[in-house]
Amino acid sequence: MAGGKKTKRGDAPKTGGKPSDPEWAAGLKRLYDSVVDEPLPDTFKDLLSKLDSAG
Amino acid sequence: MGAETAPPLPVRSPDEKRAFKRELTEVVPHLRAFARGLCGRPDMADDLVQETLLKAWAAQDRFEPGTSMRAWTFVILRNAYLTDMRRNRFRGDYDETVAERVLTAPAGQEEPIHLSDMHRALLTLPAERREALLLVGAGGFSYEEAAQICGCAVGTIKSRVGRARAALTTMIEEGNIPDRAIGDPQAHRAILEELDEVAAGNGRAVATR
Repeated sequence: MAGGKKTKRGDAPKTGGKPSDPEWAAGLKRLYDSVVDEPLPDTFKDLLSKLDSAG
Repeated sequence: MGAETAPPLPVRSPDEKRAFKRELTEVVPHLRAFARGLCGRPDMADDLVQETLLKAWAAQDRFEPGTSMRAWTFVILRNAYLTDMRRNRFRGDYDETVAERVLTAPAGQEEPIHLSDMHRALLTLPAERREALLLVGAGGFSYEEAAQICGCAVGTIKSRVGRARAALTTMIEEGNIPDRAIGDPQAHRAILEELDEVAAGNGRAVATR
């Protein structure tokens, strides 16, 4: 009973000297990546093309 | 400020300008992600990115080709964010519904925590810890790069990331995530107080309206 499955604990086990990430760490990364993967809104395309004529 | 000995800026060729613009375009998604992590609201974050792009374009002669465009523009974005924060721009504007919609995990993914919880928890962290965690834990910057972006020592970044991680772990494991991070006056005051310190030494307290 005490064992096999990963339990929720503050002190995550260490792997190779680096503390392993807590459960939320993947969520944080995905939070970031989900925005990176969004299609770029037109406002940015417009702005970037205006920069061209300004430069 | 005393610009007596400022070195002359190089004149960029059309090719270099084109390369600059290409690189700038490539980092826009990352700027959007960083900005959204910092300020919470997608529309405000995008305004911040647009401001950043204009500033970066205006300052392009100061960019050294071959160095990291992402790191360079993150510095600009960070400074713009701190300035805007101090000018009351993002205060009390965290929109939970929008955050929920935008940040919800893709269907079919089983998650131990919701991304909206994650984001709310993140937004309660002091600004300097939040940005350190975003840079290292989400943006994939090394501690050294993050230290350069934030203009502080590597040890300081490590400590900020460590504290941010500990705070989030505690908050999430204890189910202690505030309902409204930015809308909560206490959390907000704490964030603004930290910002005053982060934003450059003239720790002027900013009055809320």
